Amino acid sequence: MNELEKQTRRFDTSLIVAAMWDGVKKLDPRTMVKQPVMFLVWGGFLLSLVYTMLSDEMRGFHLAVTLILLVTLWFANFAEAIAEGRGKAQAATLRASKNDVMARRIVKDGIEEVASSLLRKGDIVEVRAGDYLPGDGEIIAGLASIDESAITGESAPVIKESGGDFSSVIGGTLVVSDRIEVEITSNPGESFLDQMITLVEGSKRQKTPNEIALSLLLVSLSMIFLLVVLTLPAFTNYLGFQLSPPILIALLVCLIPTTIGGLLSAIGIAGMDRVTRFNVIAMSGKAVEAAGDIRTIILDKTGTITFGNRMAFEVLPVEGITASQALGVAVLTSLEDETPEGRSVLTLAKERWGELDESPKQDAVIIPFKAETRMSGLDLADGRRVRKGAASAVIDWVSAQGGMIPSDLQDQVDAISKEGGTPLVISEDARIVGVIHLKDTVKPGMRERFDRLRQMGIKTIMCTGDNPLTAATIAREAGVDEFVAECKPEDKIRVIKAEQKAGHLVAMTGDGTNDAPALAQADVGLAMNSGTQAAKEAANMIDLDSDPTKIIEVVEIGKQLLMTRGALTTFSIANDVAKYFAILPAMFVAFIPEMDWLNVMRLGSPESAILAALLFNALIIPLLIPVAMKGVRYDPVGPEKLLRRNLLVYGVGGVIVPFLGIKSLDIVLNLFM
Amino acid sequence: MWVTFIITLSLLITITMTASAMLGGYIGRRFVPIQERPNYVGKALETRITRRLRINEREKQTWFGYAKDFLTLNLLFLLIGYVLLRFQGVLPFNPNGAVNLDWHLAFHTVISFMTNTDQQHYSGEALSHLSQMFVLSTLMFVAPTMALTMALAFIRAILGKQIGQFYFDFVRVIVYVLLPISLFFGMFLIAFGVPQTLSPNAVVTTLEGASQTIQRGPIASFEVIKQLGNNGGGYYAVNGAHPFENPSKWTNYIHLFLMLLLPMSLPFIYGSMAKKRKQGFLYFGVMLFLFVIGTVAMYATLYSNPSLHGQEMRFGAIGTALYGAVTTAAETGAVNAMHDSLPSLSGIILMGNMMLNVVFGGVGAGFMNLMMYVIITIFVAAFLIGQTPTVLGKKIEGREMKLVALTLLVSPLLILGFTALALVVQPGQDAITNAGPHGISQILYEYTSAVANNGSGFEGLLDATPFWNITAGFAMFFGRYIPLLLMVAMAGSLQMKPRVTDDGALRTDTPLFTSLLFGVIVTVGALTFLPVLLLGPFAEWLMIR
Repeated sequence: MNELEKQTRRFDTSLIVAAMWDGVKKLDPRTMVKQPVMFLVWGGFLLSLVYTMLSDEMRGFHLAVTLILLVTLWFANFAEAIAEGRGKAQAATLRASKNDVMARRIVKDGIEEVASSLLRKGDIVEVRAGDYLPGDGEIIAGLASIDESAITGESAPVIKESGGDFSSVIGGTLVVSDRIEVEITSNPGESFLDQMITLVEGSKRQKTPNEIALSLLLVSLSMIFLLVVLTLPAFTNYLGFQLSPPILIALLVCLIPTTIGGLLSAIGIAGMDRVTRFNVIAMSGKAVEAAGDIRTIILDKTGTITFGNRMAFEVLPVEGITASQALGVAVLTSLEDETPEGRSVLTLAKERWGELDESPKQDAVIIPFKAETRMSGLDLADGRRVRKGAASAVIDWVSAQGGMIPSDLQDQVDAISKEGGTPLVISEDARIVGVIHLKDTVKPGMRERFDRLRQMGIKTIMCTGDNPLTAATIAREAGVDEFVAECKPEDKIRVIKAEQKAGHLVAMTGDGTNDAPALAQADVGLAMNSGTQAAKEAANMIDLDSDPTKIIEVVEIGKQLLMTRGALTTFSIANDVAKYFAILPAMFVAFIPEMDWLNVMRLGSPESAILAALLFNALIIPLLIPVAMKGVRYDPVGPEKLLRRNLLVYGVGGVIVPFLGIKSLDIVLNLFM
Repeated sequence: MWVTFIITLSLLITITMTASAMLGGYIGRRFVPIQERPNYVGKALETRITRRLRINEREKQTWFGYAKDFLTLNLLFLLIGYVLLRFQGVLPFNPNGAVNLDWHLAFHTVISFMTNTDQQHYSGEALSHLSQMFVLSTLMFVAPTMALTMALAFIRAILGKQIGQFYFDFVRVIVYVLLPISLFFGMFLIAFGVPQTLSPNAVVTTLEGASQTIQRGPIASFEVIKQLGNNGGGYYAVNGAHPFENPSKWTNYIHLFLMLLLPMSLPFIYGSMAKKRKQGFLYFGVMLFLFVIGTVAMYATLYSNPSLHGQEMRFGAIGTALYGAVTTAAETGAVNAMHDSLPSLSGIILMGNMMLNVVFGGVGAGFMNLMMYVIITIFVAAFLIGQTPTVLGKKIEGREMKLVALTLLVSPLLILGFTALALVVQPGQDAITNAGPHGISQILYEYTSAVANNGSGFEGLLDATPFWNITAGFAMFFGRYIPLLLMVAMAGSLQMKPRVTDDGALRTDTPLFTSLLFGVIVTVGALTFLPVLLLGPFAEWLMIR
């Protein structure tokens, strides 16, 4: 077991202890009333308690019933508390980073020091290396590297600068170098950190439409059973016997869907928590559930599906040079080049030649890439100077040394550009030897991901600024279903609207300000944390790792969330069949002895039968907490197969399990009674 | 005996199913929203009539407008019916000198016939010809028409089509559906010996020299709509056991056929209108499966009981079992036997059919109940595969679920509530004629029959008192209108929603979904009513076993 796992384990133990105590605190009726099904149990517990205290008759049995009711309530509260626990711990960490710091506000006549809590939207502050950012904002001047580990968990600092798509900063993060001026974009209490704390804590969790609808069904079923139990005394009185209130309450609690009722909020909280653990911040549970219903995903090509124009595809020699000569020079220029482009040249050469001779790099002078020169390369120990870089830069360099420009160079450069690639010209001293064709390359594993999406019934649309020819090539390589070439931001909105009109829920990822309208239009908009403030505000989810393909995991979590509710609802209702067979004969047999005919489980005594059923009803809640927390596994096997499997497990299983459980509990109980 | 029973049942199902599939297709085509049908046979004549009646057949009513017209017309009929019954003694067409009905009996009777229940707390002989024809016979046409129009509106709305115009549908249902079928089968019944006359009662001298009054009247016309419209109220107090109402085995089968015809056609209407014939057939399949289980069980209870107690001897155990199962399945309420005297387990089947109210169920109402269960099933099944539940491409959300949840509550609330009430108050207990569990069965049957708008009685219960008239009246009234309105409201709410895609969504036209639907109906029904059935008929069976 490594250190991290140990920490997690210790963390869990303390979480459980905290949750046990929280479970007790949640017995407060003001909390209980939020969950109607469990509130009914709570009322039943009180009534049963009062009756047990007032009446001498069968006090031990009634006391047992009352205690099991209390335990049932506590189990349900415990489930909720344990689901909240992780979020609470996370919120505590976040809150720790939300210190009130002094900010240097830039005003007309200089700079004034104010507490960060007094900053308002529109204020401009100066932040220097070593300062914490006093609030969310947009860099309006300067460049800085920022440590965002408090929010993202990623320890490497990120570079942020004014203008462009990497200008937004988050309050509570640390400026590591340089100085920036930041325009504050949120009022106190509304910052990203505040939102995140509220979200992970789950304290203000809004019920989703699906959850509301399910609660209504559960309440309706509970009302029916309440009705059954409330009218039952009229029937038994007429037949000349009375059932004690605790027995009637036991019947009620066994029949109402306490299993799903007790775990419902835990499922919702745990679902959000699973999303958070993926380093995605969902603005609402609704967004996560909507993700489960996504039918179309719109993805940018560059950066999402492909690495961008960076991987060496081939090295083309110019007139009078052999292919291997050209490749040889390309390798020399890249021996000390740590950029992805440089490494890809070496990879390409290794594929051709196997091991490379790296000795020339010894004692060579490294010429790094600079924005002014737009070239890089080596000055070798033997006097040769090799370079690669943008065509115009290398041509200038060669011309300056009096070299000739090969006649076919321009054609080759143009051909590569036309295909959507990037040409890098290579030269040795005053001689241009060839062109490296850098091609857009599909990230590894994308094809499998899109296949999985297709199995899930989700269509992928790739948006790219490339010409249709290049776009088609990449689309085929990556295995996306459709593509939009020469795509402008407004085209994305058009695509989204068209899909929505066809009745599809659409998800899209984006990071630029010009993505914001499309992110808002989409049903699920996933913004990259590295993106602009506008994009983040328009989206309903933010990926802290800035990995656009994560949308797939979010979709699966959304589906799991619904499946878990469905599974436990089915299980809960199916359980009632066995409970009826346990409780009903037990209730009536003392007065109508023939009812023993219905005691199909051959339970020991009426009292043990009722206690066993009630105990089973209580114990199943903690036993199912792992299912509620982890969620029911989702496999993209198609709706029919998935339904059959889940019905078998939770429907048929839900009928059988309580028969076994109640019978076993009855056997155990009879050892003591 | 079993072989005969199975052959008879199979024949009945095959013939009725074929006829109802054809009828369903016909109604489905005839009643597609007028906006979708530019031209059809008889349109010119229809238009002339609707102009004369100042009905705008192209009006695009909302569910609320449609329901408002529905309620208005119902109230109007209720009021007129009530007045006529209260003053029948002084009104014309009263050759036999029937007296005015008491207020509570008139209240019960008019609600009973208006709600398609036809529970009778009066005996048939207490009504004048005017009451029989202008109150009962009229309402027997009006009541099923009302239910069918609501079902049509429901189907159109849930399919996202225009709901239509209530009065236009109302007239068309009578003209295109009820009248032609009634005319045709009325002739049939007359041919098989059912009397049809407006003459006063016949007075004959018996062989012993005594004078006997034989009540007669327009019975065949009454009988055909009573069965076709799932009304069930008898011209005579003994209903289908009377030789004038049901003279022979042949008329017995015509009764069974007519009772099932419209309820069975509803899933086919749906299939035709939705252009999803397979789906319609599978919905029909669920109902049929429930029906077959109940009917076979019903026969088994009679077969295993050698006493013949309560059976109609002219038709034997088969004729009695089929009639009992069909009348409770189709919520007609006509009876040809004494349900009170049948074996106690038969009582469970009869009540079970009515409690579920989807074993075909009454015209329109049964299908809407089925759709309520369909929505609950979709809701659970969609979750099980990780999808937001949608019905026909519309999301089921809080509002729809609230309406479904309320609908689900109505019948348990009324049945259990009223039964419990009657068991604890003196006027209720006084009506019980058998002590012990059988008393529970008597009362439970009465209210179940009222709430499900069935109308048959266990009989034996002394229910011609103000207490029973009032409570059963309310049970019928709420049992009828609340679910109908809630379900139409739900469909109306779905109608307004944007459509999301169907592809990849949970399919409802598969055997798997259909089995789950069956499971949900049985589980929810059983869980609700099992305890009281245990204390009533089941306890009785256990005790005398």
